[in-house]
Amino acid sequence: MNYDVVVIGAGPAGMAAAVKLAKLGTSVCVVDEQPAPGGQIWRGVERNATSPVFNALGEDYQKGSFATAAFHAAGIDYQPSAQVWQIEDGWKVFLTAEGKSRCITAKAVLLANGAQERSVPFAGWTLPGVMTVGAAQILLKSGGMLPEGDVWIAGAGPLPLLYATQLLELGGKVAGYIDTSQKPSLKALSHLPAAWRDFPGLMKGLRWIWKLRRSGKLIRGIHNLRATGEGQLCQIEWESKGNTHKRDAGVLLVHEGVVPRIHETMALGCDHDWNDQQKYFAPRTDEWGQTSRKGIFVAGDAGGIGGWKAATVSGEIAGFGIARFLNIGIDAEKLRRDAALDDRRKRATALRPLLDALYAPPQTPIADDVVVCRCEEVSAGRIREAARASAPDVGAVKAATRCGMGPCQGRQCGYSVQALVAEVNNLPVGDVRFFNIRPPLKPVTLGEIATLQDVEL
Amino acid sequence: MFRSVTAGLKEQADMTVYVNGVATPAWDGETVASILLRVPNVGRQTPVSGETRLPYCQMGVCFECLAVVDGVSSVQGCLTPLKNGMRIERQRGRREVGQ
Amino acid sequence: MDADIIVIGAGVVGAALAFGLARDGYKVKVLDGKNRDLRAARANFGLVWVQGKGVDAPAYSQLTHQSAELWPRFWDELANTAQVQIDYTNPGGLHYCLGDAEFEHRAAIATRINNAATSPEIDMLSRRDLEKMVPAVQFGPDVTGASYCRLDGHVNPLQLLDALHNGIAAHGGSVIFRHPVTDVKPLSTGFAVHGPASTLQARYVIIAAGLGTAELANRCDMNIEIGTTRGQILVTERLDPLLPFPASGLRQTAEGTVMIGATQEQTSDRGVSVNSATTLARRATRIIPALASVRLVRQWSGFRILPPDGSPIYAQSKSSPGLFAAVCHSGVTLAAAHAAIVGPAMINGQLDSELSEFSDGRFHV
Repeated sequence: MNYDVVVIGAGPAGMAAAVKLAKLGTSVCVVDEQPAPGGQIWRGVERNATSPVFNALGEDYQKGSFATAAFHAAGIDYQPSAQVWQIEDGWKVFLTAEGKSRCITAKAVLLANGAQERSVPFAGWTLPGVMTVGAAQILLKSGGMLPEGDVWIAGAGPLPLLYATQLLELGGKVAGYIDTSQKPSLKALSHLPAAWRDFPGLMKGLRWIWKLRRSGKLIRGIHNLRATGEGQLCQIEWESKGNTHKRDAGVLLVHEGVVPRIHETMALGCDHDWNDQQKYFAPRTDEWGQTSRKGIFVAGDAGGIGGWKAATVSGEIAGFGIARFLNIGIDAEKLRRDAALDDRRKRATALRPLLDALYAPPQTPIADDVVVCRCEEVSAGRIREAARASAPDVGAVKAATRCGMGPCQGRQCGYSVQALVAEVNNLPVGDVRFFNIRPPLKPVTLGEIATLQDVEL
Repeated sequence: MFRSVTAGLKEQADMTVYVNGVATPAWDGETVASILLRVPNVGRQTPVSGETRLPYCQMGVCFECLAVVDGVSSVQGCLTPLKNGMRIERQRGRREVGQ
Repeated sequence: MDADIIVIGAGVVGAALAFGLARDGYKVKVLDGKNRDLRAARANFGLVWVQGKGVDAPAYSQLTHQSAELWPRFWDELANTAQVQIDYTNPGGLHYCLGDAEFEHRAAIATRINNAATSPEIDMLSRRDLEKMVPAVQFGPDVTGASYCRLDGHVNPLQLLDALHNGIAAHGGSVIFRHPVTDVKPLSTGFAVHGPASTLQARYVIIAAGLGTAELANRCDMNIEIGTTRGQILVTERLDPLLPFPASGLRQTAEGTVMIGATQEQTSDRGVSVNSATTLARRATRIIPALASVRLVRQWSGFRILPPDGSPIYAQSKSSPGLFAAVCHSGVTLAAAHAAIVGPAMINGQLDSELSEFSDGRFHV
């Protein structure tokens, strides 16, 4: 199939762009990993409208219903449960759905594939029972799953607060909440500008935090958090003021912020910039969201973390940008002005500098015995050893240790390996390049590749 | 480790899936990954050391939720919605081929 | 002098030469290139392969045989010196044939090789022979048989490279990373090796810089020509042991992954293509249909180092004796010979007497 535009991802950015492009008369195909539109933020929003979790998920979540309704109404070719595994010049987008692969072509591609949670390895993080807060929230949105037993939340940033609020509202219980953010964290939160009132859910979280503090369940000023247990999380331990603390734990939910998904733009060879405050790479784009490769656009968190409102705006901007690129006779600048997109973007990103400053990624060195590459089970010590015996190059370390060679293709360990290589070589982290990302972007079967139709051999 | 809010509200499960051969009630919206967290002994064993893992990210990134679904190995559980009658088996270490 | 010997190139050829010389007591420094330089040592397939090598080049064939025979001892010594695991086995290797034409073509090559050898070394296996030899594998209907050579084996090439680097250090040498070389200049004694990072001096210099060798060496009175083709390789997720024998283009690693390779393409593009993945996957699934359910984890490309006649080049500068170059396609297979035979022959002045067939002079004939 041929389209004017293929949009990858049906979250706030992807939907907003696709709706704009469809209204402008272009042919759009949206390829989405999820079975229904909404992305991670609005995951399952249509299905959950009648679910008991709907109210607890809060206003921001409920707003997703309007976005998905507009998306469905726009007459867009929507391909759910489909994974893009390769993008070639031209643009050819190879995707797999229900065990079959095929190729669709487009004049422009919009990558709106969002963010992933930052991976911060610590002792015991591979134990069953340990997972991310984002994962737990997705479980809540898909099937209304609540954690049971001694549930601990440990992390920094708005998401753990939001999730804790949602969990409690649904009758869930929390054994304790460990705030891992560095000072001034919560103190700063209480001094936040009025803009915070844009986030009723977070205000609830804040109230809950105050309640928590009174109940003695809020723990701060800790370091060296670790999970222990034989084949299953049993306890968590940490140090605080010179003492070691131990608590029983059945579930430990961790969160240290989010980072853009960059495997696609990396594999395409787009230029990236290093965000030293938030310690991530983001594709470099022009004012329309176009990357250094003509016809490849990025919108939403995939282009740099901004949250769902900013993602929606950047999706609309990219939509106009793509229409401009396609030369379909529109005045993109005027449309952009008329919709006041730049003002809206400014408002949507107003809090970001504060959030980024409040929640800087943890910089504690990873202990040698901690597994960094979950897939290939490579420890920080082994990575340091390889880094000492090779060039300051993650590629050399990967070759020597297999870190990053498993099915996740370095999505979990990439930044940790980069940081370790920088540490060993005494370099600024941003001076060490990311893994060389190679296709396929998702592990596709040999059979699917072998039976691809219309391949010129 | 997890339970569905829905479980307390509905008289009957939305569907039945078979986890390691055992009939298991399941709820609309659930994925294979959520079943791995509700039922013991179905989390994947790594192909390196053989230790057991359970889903970590739920968003298609970590590949800890790999399972054998309806006979197909290495399926990403978090991206696979449950369907009535689905068979889910543990993925044990290095996968077998041709059986 | 900074070293007795400087080796330019820390790939599998340069590192094997350096490892052998460091073991012999020379003070060796090995210079590696920039991070993103082409590195065949990191892209290659990992066969230690005899069958079909040097079919019409007896000297190359002989060196390959020697190296394959030296490999088990080389492996043992290297692994012990470097204290690094190196997955290596030599159970013999297969070359699968699809259809009758491929089988007949392969059989003709096997006959030529066996006739030239002192004793037959390649067996043509019928499909039934093959099924008996590998009973656990269900072959596809197009498989007509295979050639089998008992001398073949395979190794994890990444571990090999890592071990060579560690082994050089264990013998008192060093590998200097991110040290590209722009020029080599003769001094009254020895050579100056110039690079943006620094200038180093040594009594002997060996250029083993893969595709970059000709540019450096030919300025110093050598005559080296190198061609290249791009090869793409696929690697799968880890599988239970399935393939007991490595085959050309299809082998299972000790970790359990299956490697499928490699294409032959005329291009300088460093990327990969779905077309090539499809070509490789089609052949692999025609040989073993069950591989169709296996997931591809990674695809990459590398560039072969191809002397015009296929045989290695071991050369010495005519005007500046003591300056050498080493280039070859089969750096993994020949690693044992490079460490034990070629490096010492260079430094002991025996290149002309022992390895004259590999000189760069042959391209003038």
